[in-house]
Amino acid sequence: MFYREAGQFKTDYAADQQIFPILQDRLFVLAVIAVAFLAVPALASPYLYTEILIPFLILSLAAIGLNILVGYCGQVSLGTGGFMAVGAYAAYNLWLRVPELNNLIVVFLFGGLMAAAVGILFGIPSLRIKGFYLAVATLASQFFLDWMFARVKWLTNHTPSGSVAVGHLEVFGWHIDTPADRYLLILGIVVVATVVAKNLVRGHIGRSWMAIRDMDIAAEIIGFRPLRTKLTAFAVSSFFIGVAGAMWGFLRLGSWEPLAFDINRSFQILFMVIIGGLGSLLGSFLGAAFIVLVPIVLNQLPGWLGVRMSTALLSHLEFMVFGAMIVFFLIVEPHGLARLWSVAKEKLRLWPFPH
Amino acid sequence: MLGPFLETLIGGLLTGVLYSLVALGFVLIFKASGVFNFAQGAMVLFAALTVARLAGEIDNKEVHLANFVVAAAILGVALALVGWYCWREYVARGSGAPERRKIQMLAALGAIVGGGAAWLYGKGAWPMWLAIAATAAIMGLLAYAIERLVLRHLVNQEGIILFMATLGIAYFLDGFGQTLWGSDIYTINLGLPKDPIFLLEGVFPGGLLVDPGDLVAAVIAAALVVVLAIFFQTTRVGRALRAVADDHAAAQSVGIPLKTIWLIVWTVSGFVALAAGLIWGAKLGVQFSISLIALKALPVLILGGFTSVPGAIVGGLIIGAGEKLSEVFLAPILIRAFDLAGGGIENWFAYVLALVFLLFRPQGLFGERIIERV
Repeated sequence: MFYREAGQFKTDYAADQQIFPILQDRLFVLAVIAVAFLAVPALASPYLYTEILIPFLILSLAAIGLNILVGYCGQVSLGTGGFMAVGAYAAYNLWLRVPELNNLIVVFLFGGLMAAAVGILFGIPSLRIKGFYLAVATLASQFFLDWMFARVKWLTNHTPSGSVAVGHLEVFGWHIDTPADRYLLILGIVVVATVVAKNLVRGHIGRSWMAIRDMDIAAEIIGFRPLRTKLTAFAVSSFFIGVAGAMWGFLRLGSWEPLAFDINRSFQILFMVIIGGLGSLLGSFLGAAFIVLVPIVLNQLPGWLGVRMSTALLSHLEFMVFGAMIVFFLIVEPHGLARLWSVAKEKLRLWPFPH
Repeated sequence: MLGPFLETLIGGLLTGVLYSLVALGFVLIFKASGVFNFAQGAMVLFAALTVARLAGEIDNKEVHLANFVVAAAILGVALALVGWYCWREYVARGSGAPERRKIQMLAALGAIVGGGAAWLYGKGAWPMWLAIAATAAIMGLLAYAIERLVLRHLVNQEGIILFMATLGIAYFLDGFGQTLWGSDIYTINLGLPKDPIFLLEGVFPGGLLVDPGDLVAAVIAAALVVVLAIFFQTTRVGRALRAVADDHAAAQSVGIPLKTIWLIVWTVSGFVALAAGLIWGAKLGVQFSISLIALKALPVLILGGFTSVPGAIVGGLIIGAGEKLSEVFLAPILIRAFDLAGGGIENWFAYVLALVFLLFRPQGLFGERIIERV
């Protein structure tokens, strides 16, 4: 009843091309951002920050990065964990070796740029290899990068098995100590990155990605260069993933080893993209929320129900239920949670008079 | 110098055969249904766990649950057979329901078999042949469940959705197998000889050291490949499978039942998983890490081509040999050159090797040529 675009006339091109053309959408998004910045810090507990909100936001950013590559450009990648590791370790090295530059924004940007460079390198085979062959080939990057950070001593400052730790973090003189500080920093970065990503995918670059995704030969014939288009997708995607990896290391873990970015991380983020919805930024957030929350709920559920279980059995059951839920969701809605959301919005526009 | 080189090469080739055994399961399913089945590794683990626990000594800890489930599974197989029988009866007659009496009798038989099996399981370890036969039945049941519950609902979806679904199945199976059978390390005793043997002692000083277990495993794998090739080339079902692999719609329009074919394919790859699980389990012990050999089989797969059985074999040999040779001869050079903390390059070397091959032949060595049209 309240969700109508009736009466909202557009009188210039700017109004017609804005991201949320409907007033109610704009208000809703602004309200969500306001709640995230203002209300959440007033209410949240440290547990909520470190176990739910921070992982959710960081993994959302990684999912946005992967969604650009898989959902918008159609290049399936299983190497996300490796690119996150590049971001994390590149950021670590800059932070360690240039101590005067103790500014997390610069450090994260460096991590993202290095990940983008590595992403371009591993994206080159995509010009020749397609489909599942490419997906398996990207596993090469995952295993190689994992191995590199575990073995090449210089990259990890000669620590055993590549485990590194950071401390005394700062952004323009603002000390990042408490979970609330971390949360606000991450939230700021994620909001800015989402706006950038949204504008990329709805602009010229995004359209060229989608053209390549839908049929690369046809796109080439109408004048998109596959080399440039695919490599920009790899670069932009890896940049976001690298920044997410650096944040995961610096702000979520604090001390980490290459195992934090193993192949299960890649699968986890691919799950987020698929469950959330391919080719949808909103879907990346929904998918991340789903994948972060489900294991926590599954883990706590027997406790809430008063059932006692051994931890081994619990973790196996968790695997089972998680796998079953993935399959169930794929069967019910192969286009992801974002599609459910848009269906709900369509219904809401007509409600309460559906005909 | 030649001696150690040949020894590494032979060891690598023998391991490669085992990789191709896992890759074979992937190829079968991809060829017939276009599904990139990531759950193959989980199926290997599940089969190995089942055999190990059925044939192994029983500790009292988890016996009740396992008992119950084995009985249920065998009962399920029996009931599935009943269903299949009734369906055939129905088709043969063209109309009319099958006799009720027969169904009831078969169901009763299934219940007796299931109960007997459960009782037998409670008594103690099964002989190996019985355990393997029961596991084969369970793998068939699993194939049926996957086809009925998952794939049938995802017909006509994109490849990546199907791939993700099999990833979900892999998670489920990993959890299910370990919930059912426990997550300790078990052994499978196939009675393979353990003492290393020496070949060509006259030619090289000390001869070439070869693990006879590997040798037997390689022979089994080769035999399996020959059987599969004969099955594909000469039997009626094999011909139907090749027809489906060529073109789903065309095969269906000449009267080949797609669902039955998919069930057969998944069952066969379940059997292949069982063979792989037996051999790997006898070699390394049955534990969770077995499901990770799927990751070893992937480079074999892209190297040989997703759709080619001979490709899986040749790819396996190349990857196996390349991996071992690189670890022994390339890793020390890399360690010296880049000041590394240890080698372990075999994890990625296989992938990079496959990638290099792919740059020259994007469809793998033996894969079908990819033709693209606008």
